[in-house]
Amino acid sequence: MTGKQPFEAVVTQHGATVLRVCRAVLGPADADDAWSETFLSAMKAYPDLPADANVEAWLVTIAHRKAIDVTRAAARRAIPVAETPDTVAAGAADGPASGLDSDLADAVAGLPTKQKQAVAYHYLAGLPYADVADIVGGSADAARRAAADGIATLRRTYSSAAATKGEPDGSQ
Amino acid sequence: MEANDLARDLARAFPDTPGDLRRLHDRLAAAAERDGILDVAYRTVDSPVGPLLLAATDAGLVRVAYASEGHDTVLQALADRISPRILDAPALLDGPARELDEYFAGRRRRFDLPLDWRLSAGFRRAVLSHLPEIEYGHTASYAAIANLAGHPKAVRAAATACATNPLPVVVPCHRVIYSDGRIGRYLGGPDAKRILLDLEAAA
Repeated sequence: MTGKQPFEAVVTQHGATVLRVCRAVLGPADADDAWSETFLSAMKAYPDLPADANVEAWLVTIAHRKAIDVTRAAARRAIPVAETPDTVAAGAADGPASGLDSDLADAVAGLPTKQKQAVAYHYLAGLPYADVADIVGGSADAARRAAADGIATLRRTYSSAAATKGEPDGSQ
Repeated sequence: MEANDLARDLARAFPDTPGDLRRLHDRLAAAAERDGILDVAYRTVDSPVGPLLLAATDAGLVRVAYASEGHDTVLQALADRISPRILDAPALLDGPARELDEYFAGRRRRFDLPLDWRLSAGFRRAVLSHLPEIEYGHTASYAAIANLAGHPKAVRAAATACATNPLPVVVPCHRVIYSDGRIGRYLGGPDAKRILLDLEAAA
């Protein structure tokens, strides 16, 4: 008796969060593929997952690796010569939502990779910085700083976008 | 703007989209089946005896469960006894769903489905394997079933076998009643047993 719940329950409980994370890190175009690869790979390994494991952190860890694969493949397709390891492929964010939500999604897409990952894993997946650090490498403090820098940039760009799209007189 | 507000806006910027999740879920089920890692597929079907859970392995139908058993409890038991690699994958149970539909419509008298007997063993399994010999619309006594299974005196054990049938309706334990005519216990409750017997008597 393992007591491990059916994988269907894992998909039900964590599917939406993992999709959000994939969209934030990769943009909407590649998020579906990353989500699919994440859950297929997770399902393969699920019987061997320790019963007391943090399932959400485990899934985000897998999603992180799959996102790197997808980003590398996209970079190879887009730019055959130059290596651009720490930036997103341009045009990754087609904007899943509309209006200000779309502006914020665009602003996230424009963040440097480390900041984007830290923001997604901490603010969207709700993982503590220690877990974020385990996933992206480096210390918990470094993860906290990356997330703070990302949030500061988002606050700046998102607020200015909100201001220009706000009142017609644009006073803010 | 506060960081907390921004966190809330972030969640909104990457919204929950049930339609997308449903599509991705179905894509996952298809890929898992293709890769041979979907160990148990399940779906539920409506029926005159309430919603029935159907579960199958690659060997065949492994479990039929009444709502009174608690479908979540049954799925957890399947995870514990067979594998936790379980998904809601209706397409993989089209065959059993169709045959049950035909049965409840009075258009099918015998199920023609591959069965996975792994949830039943020993004498219980021997008893259950003889149940399809009871013809549609007929009944047999627990004593007669014990006899068929080769242990005429094991009447109580035969009754227990029927009460723990992992494949009710399809393996017709509802056709086994007391020799004095009382219909006896049933996994899905006595009402369900009566409905099935009446259905078969009318068809």
